[in-house]
Amino acid sequence: MGDQLMNWLIAVLQTTLFVVLAPLLAGWLKWCKCHLQNRKAPSLFQPYRDLLKLTNKQPVVAEQASWIFMIAPYIIFSATVLAATVVPLIAVNLPTSASADVIVMVGFFAFARFFLALAGLDIGTAFGGMGSSREMTISSLAEPAMLMAIFTLTMTASTTNLSFAIAHVLNEGLVLRPSFVFALAALVLVAIAETGRIPVDNPATHLELTMIHEAMILEYSGRHLALIEWASQLKLMLYGVLIANIFLPWGIAETFGVQALGYGLLAIMGKLALLAIFLAIAETLVAKMRLFRVQEYLSFAYLLGLLGMLSHIILEASR
Amino acid sequence: MSSSNWTTDFLSLLSRDITVTRIDTSPVIVWQIESHAWQRFAELAMLQNLRWAAGWAEQAQNRFLINSCFEKQGEYVLLRASIDDANPELPSQATVYPAANRSERHTQDMFGIRFIGHPDNRRWTRHQAWTENSYPLRKDFPVQGTPVGITAPDMHYPFIKSHGAGVYEIPVGPVHAGIIEPGHFRFQAVGELILNLEERLGYVHKGMEKIAEGRTPESLARLAGRVSGDTTVGHCWAACMAMEQASGVVIPPRAALIRGILAERERIANHMGDIGAICNDVAFVFAQMQFTRLRELWLRTNATVFGHRLLMDRIVPGGVACDLSEASCSLIKKDIVELRKELAEVILALDLNSSLEDRLYTAGFLSEDTAAAYGTLGYVGRASGQDKDVRRDTPYPPYDQIKVKVALETQGDIASRFWVRYKEIMAALHMIEDFIDQLVAGDIRSEWQMPASGSEGLGIVEGWRGEIVCYVRFDADDKIARFYPRDPSQLNWPALEKLVLNNIVPDFPVCNKSLNGSYSGNDL
Repeated sequence: MGDQLMNWLIAVLQTTLFVVLAPLLAGWLKWCKCHLQNRKAPSLFQPYRDLLKLTNKQPVVAEQASWIFMIAPYIIFSATVLAATVVPLIAVNLPTSASADVIVMVGFFAFARFFLALAGLDIGTAFGGMGSSREMTISSLAEPAMLMAIFTLTMTASTTNLSFAIAHVLNEGLVLRPSFVFALAALVLVAIAETGRIPVDNPATHLELTMIHEAMILEYSGRHLALIEWASQLKLMLYGVLIANIFLPWGIAETFGVQALGYGLLAIMGKLALLAIFLAIAETLVAKMRLFRVQEYLSFAYLLGLLGMLSHIILEASR
Repeated sequence: MSSSNWTTDFLSLLSRDITVTRIDTSPVIVWQIESHAWQRFAELAMLQNLRWAAGWAEQAQNRFLINSCFEKQGEYVLLRASIDDANPELPSQATVYPAANRSERHTQDMFGIRFIGHPDNRRWTRHQAWTENSYPLRKDFPVQGTPVGITAPDMHYPFIKSHGAGVYEIPVGPVHAGIIEPGHFRFQAVGELILNLEERLGYVHKGMEKIAEGRTPESLARLAGRVSGDTTVGHCWAACMAMEQASGVVIPPRAALIRGILAERERIANHMGDIGAICNDVAFVFAQMQFTRLRELWLRTNATVFGHRLLMDRIVPGGVACDLSEASCSLIKKDIVELRKELAEVILALDLNSSLEDRLYTAGFLSEDTAAAYGTLGYVGRASGQDKDVRRDTPYPPYDQIKVKVALETQGDIASRFWVRYKEIMAALHMIEDFIDQLVAGDIRSEWQMPASGSEGLGIVEGWRGEIVCYVRFDADDKIARFYPRDPSQLNWPALEKLVLNNIVPDFPVCNKSLNGSYSGNDL
């Protein structure tokens, strides 16, 4: 019973870490981008200051806004936090990640997005509706590609549970699987689209007409905006952890000792820092795509996922 | 270029239809015609490929003088008609020249002159700051206006509507998210495809023409330098050139060379800013950072050498306000060498970037025909095959001393406008070097002579956005009676409505940036 309680505590701790560290990752990403552009970077902790600043401000709500607009930030934030409970950050075999699988995680994302799109439509501005329409178009293409990539992984591990799948990869040791390479590439492409990064969306733009994610949240302010910003930072980190821990799980804690958990934390922070550097370099090197190229981009991600699946069936399944 | 001299042939052609009185007292070529022949002249001018360059009106005693400026082969002619102010109307030229459309609407709002047959006579410059039946540029309208507290919101402008399933409207502005000037854009779109764009400008109307009245030449030059902040050298030069023409003042050669250096420095600074901004609009921030840095260094040299980052008020009636020392010349030359080296590196990185290429090529296409029909100027026109440049076609000192290479592209897309800018930077760097090499010792300012009452002048220079036309008429005692600056933006803005068609909504910002019209210069 004591063990059980301890496990739950660690699970809560892991989710808390997710929530607390997400702005730091955003700050680090920004820091890397600034340096790649020959600029002075803001402090790594700037995202925390921004969130604090927004929280202290009074939210201004449009007259036409309904209850959907008011509750959407809370729903989006909670759904993203719940998605974070499913993904192993520093340890595997925790009760939260054992109780739900990857499809639940995708479900949470879809749930958050549904309310975000509704909120964009709710206040009736042209930009909000435009953003919602674009977001739904992109997600309808990104979700199948993402599931395809993850199914490839789960077929190898014979489970849709992320925790078990990661444990499986750990036990297998370093084996070069073509299917994993394809799935990794697909997942990276999807992650960039889903988290609204360049070349799909530009989180730093002020040009309303080009926005996707930002267009939906243009009318938000104060703590509402803070929650949404925090949720998107969390989402970025979630995808980072997903990529890092599924494909390179080494370092993650398999036992719940303090030392193992500490190493687990260091390992994931190192991996995320490295991923962020790659993302920053990619974002510096390419311009944003024309909006009508995004479906080609996501079709390519889907194709990679499919190739991963095929190579699993043809090359790996017989073993 | 004027050696071909089309004017004689054209006048004899006109004589069958229209009586033209040549006014020879003016230093400007003025052809006065009867007001009823106003449109007929435009039709004949169109047949002879004359370009409509500018249009404005002025009030004189009980009459209005209506002016249109035409150009062909580098020679400018001012067409004039005089109408009675009891019944101020004349046939519209906008039916023939679409370029004259907004100009006539501006005149209609400011003077209450009706242009018969105008294809679109909705109000343009007038929002709600003054009432419907008062006309700010008439002499009986007070300079301070008739303010009645807070200006009412401009709610009921009759925008063009569209109907049908799936068509929706996107109103954008006048207040934008970026730090830019105010202007309203009304889109009609199906999905992401732009069906129509309508611009609604006039939000930065400052009454430039009205507050110019009664100023001294010195003070007008300062005002002209504020028509559009990024074109301060261009407008200031055009206004000074017009005043100098009216008074017969000839500027010293050294002053002309320094003016040339100032104008080319302004061109380079703005083009660098624009190239970076175009890249930023497609989220290629690296380029923007580099070009912002290069522009900043360039502006700092401006501050060191000329005492002002944007070169405001460096040009004064009769010459320039600042001299160039030997040390300054060598600093400028050293800067140019460094800038060339840096540009070569950065531009290569942009040229080789296929993701950038994918965004800039074929987007925002403006055909040669449309560009010609709307009389688009500067880099917008030159990217669509309009081979026009005042510095080469109607050379004024110091450009009459050197060979001006005009950058030309024919693709008409954003990439063309991007490359025209780059080529113009390179050409301008050469010109600055040439001007410095030619710099002769001497005065930098001529003595001002008071012009006769009623004398007029037309200043035409190639600003960084393109041809600037500036008209000045003097009153008695060295006072300004009429000042009209025509910024190239006035003719380039309508081209934006055309070049975004068949593009998608999210590509509008980069299309707009590739044109980069001035709101202030347009609204006056």
